[in-house]
Amino acid sequence: MSDAVLDLDRVTYRYPGVRRPALREVSLRVAPGEFVVVCGLSACGKSTLLRAAAGLVPHVHGGTFEGRVAVGGRDTRDHGPGDVAAVAGTLLQDPETQIVMTTVRAELAFGLENRGLGAAQVARGVEEVALALGIEGLLTRPTDELSGGELQRVALGAALAGRPRIVLLDEPTSQLDPVAGDELVWLLRRLNEEWGTAVVLAEHRLERCLHHADRVVALDGGEVACDAAPREFLAWAPSVLRTPAAQMFALAGLEPLPASVKEARAALAARDLGPVDGEPAAAPASPRQGRRARRRARAGAALALHGVWHELARGPVLLRDLSLVIAPGETVALMGRNGAGKSTLLRHAAGLMAPTRGTVTAAGRVALALQNPGDYLIHERVADEAPRAALEAEDLLAVADRHPRDLSGGQRQRLALAIVLGDPADADHRAAVVGLDEPTRGMDRGAKAALAERLRALARDGAAVIVATHDAEFAAAFADRVVLLADGEVIADAAVREVLTGGWYFATETARVLDGALTAADGAALLGERRAPAPAAPEAVR
Amino acid sequence: MRYVPHPSPLHAARPAVAAAFCLALGACPFIVVHPVVVGALALIVLGCGAACGVGRELLRVARWTIPLTLLIVVVNAIVVRDGLTVVWRFGDVPVLGQIDITLEALVYGLAFGLRLLVVALAFALLTAAVDPDAMLRGMRRLSLRSALAATLSTRLVPVLARDARRMADAQRCRAGVEPSRLTLMRAVTSGALDRALDLAATLDLRGYAHARRPPRSHRPWSRHDVAFSVSAAAMLGLSIAAAAAGTARFGTYPELHAAPIGGALAVSGALALSALLPFADRRGVG
Repeated sequence: MSDAVLDLDRVTYRYPGVRRPALREVSLRVAPGEFVVVCGLSACGKSTLLRAAAGLVPHVHGGTFEGRVAVGGRDTRDHGPGDVAAVAGTLLQDPETQIVMTTVRAELAFGLENRGLGAAQVARGVEEVALALGIEGLLTRPTDELSGGELQRVALGAALAGRPRIVLLDEPTSQLDPVAGDELVWLLRRLNEEWGTAVVLAEHRLERCLHHADRVVALDGGEVACDAAPREFLAWAPSVLRTPAAQMFALAGLEPLPASVKEARAALAARDLGPVDGEPAAAPASPRQGRRARRRARAGAALALHGVWHELARGPVLLRDLSLVIAPGETVALMGRNGAGKSTLLRHAAGLMAPTRGTVTAAGRVALALQNPGDYLIHERVADEAPRAALEAEDLLAVADRHPRDLSGGQRQRLALAIVLGDPADADHRAAVVGLDEPTRGMDRGAKAALAERLRALARDGAAVIVATHDAEFAAAFADRVVLLADGEVIADAAVREVLTGGWYFATETARVLDGALTAADGAALLGERRAPAPAAPEAVR
Repeated sequence: MRYVPHPSPLHAARPAVAAAFCLALGACPFIVVHPVVVGALALIVLGCGAACGVGRELLRVARWTIPLTLLIVVVNAIVVRDGLTVVWRFGDVPVLGQIDITLEALVYGLAFGLRLLVVALAFALLTAAVDPDAMLRGMRRLSLRSALAATLSTRLVPVLARDARRMADAQRCRAGVEPSRLTLMRAVTSGALDRALDLAATLDLRGYAHARRPPRSHRPWSRHDVAFSVSAAAMLGLSIAAAAAGTARFGTYPELHAAPIGGALAVSGALALSALLPFADRRGVG
């Protein structure tokens, strides 16, 4: 008899019609109260592993299943997802498809009611989970009015309402801003510590959760490549799986690699390499220019927004007197909380929305890749979606005959880019401005690095590139300049180094470890300078 | 059109009672057909909507239904050959033949359109003021799966509408020629199927496949439950009594004939009082 709350024994699984197994001989045991992080490159099998643990594989997805999965002692070959749900709460990536009911209270009650609990038990279960997750204020709200972060919390509440022994989460923070993402992970930590709920969390952004983990399971091609404590995992991990702080240490030749910012700072302080105490860096400010200088800048701009307002009829103000000028060849990261106005700004740039006041001018066509690349995919073959030259430019010719929905997240994003950019040889339709809205959701570090390189190449060809992103590391990798928005206003507009090394949330992990270190390479170089022995002082001549 | 939570007596009533009240409002124009009463019922439903904070939603429905009412008036006047009072002679029209517009056909069309308007407004009130989740909960004991299927299909509509808007925006951003309508339709359909599959997986994860019949709950009757039950019964009773007594009788063919307008006004006033009185008590609605 196993005491593990989740026990996978030599599980091999193939999706219907696919020869390559998504999981290969996977064995994994999760003890009650353990916090396990599952990581790996895109399409390595993380989601499939969680779906197998939830009983969705094979009951909902079909396919060929070998081995055994037991959740709380229930064998998923005999028990479907409904039975498993009594032991395991599951939270998937997209909160919108996980909400079934009209109000938050009904959503939280739904699972409990399905178990046939009485009204009093249901009411108590709802109250308790709402208080535990801090969503009691949302109980009467309609679910279609909630923000992404609120929806994800409600979906988590619905998964936890029956007090499951284990909770399975598939990249739950991928659609959240840094603040909401961190809050969700801290919430999981609290559940884990206070209720003893085992947590299995699949995540690309390890810097967000590694320090909470008891164990890290890395998958590669559907196989378990590493199953170890965070430090041992980091010692094993290839660079694409390391956190930025660990990568900085690795590049600087420091060991052991740190699992958190706190550990990294302590390690540096112990070696006398830590941050120099002093005044914190001043917050970057929007540059104030004279009227003539502003007009001159607008004249040569690829994109200029001047005094743009967007006020909804009987609704809030989305953009407030926003002015922004982007020059040809410039790369700009738009950052800010969910609802700050990033997507609205991009939509104004592309002409999908019109300002209620102010003007938007562009030097040519604005190619905008919206948040969900799947919205562009309407044909049966990749080759039919975009001209051959556009596919070639995005390195997609190898998959030209595949169905667009079979592509990985990174490939889909590149295909969306090919669709909006069009034929690069067609000079009449070449984009003067390239905009992308949250392009890195669900992407691994390798895919992000490739996208950053592609964006820089577009800028070198003369396009102004503007990308809305929550990912500070990605912004540091591609942008010259960061524009920080809050409530539809620009609150900071400066060089990437100034903005992303001077904040708490909107800062790279390496900057939080070492002041002034924007990227891991920067940090390693800085550490190298600090470690280099000071030149020997000339001996005093008597 | 969707449920709009609001602190109002109708929202505070149990869903079965609130639904019965709305259905009673929708049933009255089929019992008392006098256009004055039916017109008054349309105003009464709008008044109920305003009293429970969903007036704007109801006006939106009225804006869609009034053109339909006018269309019914026109079509009925052209198609129906009954009625003795000819107000317009079109003479012979190819295919349709001799067309005479009669006053009776015009009035019948108007009365029918008004009834349609009242029914549409009553159902809009039901949709906007009665919590569908609570309705579902109430119906679980009768037929869980059909109730849930109905709720989910209504929930999927706004989700799919949002998907369609996003896809339309994405297509506007494409470089080169826009795709054909057929291609778009195929993509939208496959997207809807994907959505439905995701939703099915979520339902499975919430234990829907093994859903058990919930135990009977004994929720005490609130003042609003009582008030709206009495109001619904009073409206139906009044309508039946008025129809039986001929106080508000009305006929169109072959000639217009109606009870004196005083009776119709009295019935209208009594219906208004019955329907709107429960909204006066706002204790415990928050």
